[in-house]
Amino acid sequence: MSIAMPNVKETWTGKILEVTLGAGPDQGGTRGKTVTVGGETTLPFLHFEGEIPHRPVIAVEISDRTPDDWSDLLVRAWGEVLGDPAAWAARAEEAGADLIALTLDSAHPERGDTGAKEARETVRRVLQATSLPLIVYGPGQREKDNDVLVAAAEEAAGERIALGNCEDKNYRTIVAAALANNQVVIAKSPMDVNLAKQLNVLIGDMRMDRDRILIDPTTGALGYGVEYSYSIMERLRLAALTGDAALQQPLILTVGYEAWRTKEARSGEGVPTQWGEWAQRGVLWEANTSVTLLETGADIVVLRHPATIPLVKQAIDELMTRAAGS
Amino acid sequence: MALSGLAIYKMLAQTNCKECGFPTCLAFAMKLAARQAELSSCPYVSDEAKAQLDSASAPPIRLISLGKDGHKLEVGNETVVFRHEKTFYHQPGLFFRLRDDMDEEAFTRRLDQVADYQIERVGQTLRPDGVAIEDTSGSADTFAARVRQAVVKDLAIILISSLPNVMDAGLQVAKGASPLAYAAGAENWEEMAALAKKHGVPLAVRVQDGDLDALATLADHVSKQGVEDLVLDPGTRGWADSLSALTRMRRAAIKKNFRPLGYPVITFPGEGAGSPEKETMLASQFIDKYAGFIVLDSFEPAALYSLLTLRQNIYTDPQKPIQVSPGLYEIGDPNGESPLLVTTNFSLTYFSVAGEVEGTGRPAWLLIADSEGMSVLTAWAAGKFDAEAIAKAVKATGVSEKISHRRIILPGAVASISGELEEELPGWEVLVGPREAIGIPSYLRLLANS
Repeated sequence: MSIAMPNVKETWTGKILEVTLGAGPDQGGTRGKTVTVGGETTLPFLHFEGEIPHRPVIAVEISDRTPDDWSDLLVRAWGEVLGDPAAWAARAEEAGADLIALTLDSAHPERGDTGAKEARETVRRVLQATSLPLIVYGPGQREKDNDVLVAAAEEAAGERIALGNCEDKNYRTIVAAALANNQVVIAKSPMDVNLAKQLNVLIGDMRMDRDRILIDPTTGALGYGVEYSYSIMERLRLAALTGDAALQQPLILTVGYEAWRTKEARSGEGVPTQWGEWAQRGVLWEANTSVTLLETGADIVVLRHPATIPLVKQAIDELMTRAAGS
Repeated sequence: MALSGLAIYKMLAQTNCKECGFPTCLAFAMKLAARQAELSSCPYVSDEAKAQLDSASAPPIRLISLGKDGHKLEVGNETVVFRHEKTFYHQPGLFFRLRDDMDEEAFTRRLDQVADYQIERVGQTLRPDGVAIEDTSGSADTFAARVRQAVVKDLAIILISSLPNVMDAGLQVAKGASPLAYAAGAENWEEMAALAKKHGVPLAVRVQDGDLDALATLADHVSKQGVEDLVLDPGTRGWADSLSALTRMRRAAIKKNFRPLGYPVITFPGEGAGSPEKETMLASQFIDKYAGFIVLDSFEPAALYSLLTLRQNIYTDPQKPIQVSPGLYEIGDPNGESPLLVTTNFSLTYFSVAGEVEGTGRPAWLLIADSEGMSVLTAWAAGKFDAEAIAKAVKATGVSEKISHRRIILPGAVASISGELEEELPGWEVLVGPREAIGIPSYLRLLANS
């Protein structure tokens, strides 16, 4: 006598919005590739109960100044392109990036205090050096973020770039610049579902299109809080799929930033032998953090190490493979 | 999931005799449904009702226990599909596969590596759970000899063989170590079930290609033979097919109380992975999503450490962030001149800071304020780690009597409260330390030299 599995397919009433980054010549931009994320009608990779029209993608983080506090493993991996964002962008594209995430770190008051003029120059050079869609992050200081992100939004008019980060204490200027120049914004909240929703509502109140917002719920690295983002993201996805219109945007996570500031990634000496080989550990720290976040809904992961790219790409290939009958 | 009070009531005698201590059978039934009464309080419940009620109140995913004493592994007893609904209770077992035809030296070396590996993290000891000995020799004697080596190491053990005579020999030798027998398939389930019963061990049940109907049917046959401790292998070996199978199995067990699949799942991320890195990444998926047992093929400390860390993270109760007790901690053997640092009582914070200070070899005082288990920035944002809270901790611990100086080092992330803290602690100098614990060694070095 044979037994049949009960039907466990969920019926979801909501779906994730599709957000496109990059614009080709026919849309006013110069990108050779555009990237669309989102559109899922079910939880991550559950092909048996919904559609997953777009695979998650990999953004590679580059900086407009040679980082002085990055793990030696990253410095060695990138070599001479550090300090030359155009060359770095081109190398990242060769290494398999789907998008380039440019951090205008030199605009930070303590790290160069450059301004709008330098920002425009850098954005222009990077746009020329790569055919990929662009994400631009400010230095993470309120006034300077506003200066350089406005400049970037204007310089990249027509290119449909993403501007990061809009936070509850600072979003108006950036959203206004995005509206004026048809860009996309990243809404970052501190691991709190209600705050994520609130920020989206505030941005929406400024008349930003819903499909021009990406949600960054903030993550911790493996060992440093990844389980908090795992659960926040599952709750965000469930809210979206059960019809909460204020939380239906795709998710972007700065995995590289978090994973590479851990002791595990930065320290090759004075650590227990059980931690294993440093280079392998550093890349696995970023790769396994990525896996955990992909499983809970990450649409864009922002990575730092070139060796992580093919590993995460292969994981995504596998997750996007519908098995027969499943 | 559980039976409703009304459904239970229908199975009772319905005489309202009050011998159970409740005024009516319905009241008793409601209490039973809420798990606030014992069925045994009723002297008149029929055997049939008893069996049905037992089955309904049994945990949706059976608890399977391997190994013994200090190395006991318990897997199962999960009650939710999403961690945030409550918590994941029993972390998956991490095992390493050893083939019985490996040469003696390689086998012994790998066995020792697994048995000896342990690492402290955030105040907990993390270690792999055991080994899976695989019969590739086809020889009962060879298999038994290898199993005996593993038994001596006090590890949890999985025996992998499709040959009943070899499995029998292995189970003989593993007596008392509570091993898992892997596996019963369509072609040998009757013999394997008989062996599992004979030796009183849990038995894995295996199908191909994610055919969950076949798996449910086979598990049902085996359990009807009297083997109640089962582990399931849906036969999927890739990412998407495994995620689909394990998700559907978890949902069936939890949301539909589907008993034929109400058992923990065993996974093999190394099969077809192609590299240790890819194996670790797939193993991460299994930790994240529903695996009960994970059998690895390559042993790489960096990979193992990342999996142990991930397992520790995902299987932490979301409602109870791990905390340490607030108070004054001595790092090394500090005296009156030693520096004083302050931070919060979130476990990760405490161990990161204490670890860095210890690493410098410099004795120091570490004042841990009660931030209700929140990290520095979270606690500060929530108003639980401010000048007032720190001043209170300084007074409560009497640290002024232990040190001759009046300097306190704040975490760099809360530099903004240094002025207020100096107001709360007149006569004290507030120093601003590094933003990240990793900056503590160079900070203390500079401080000592200034």
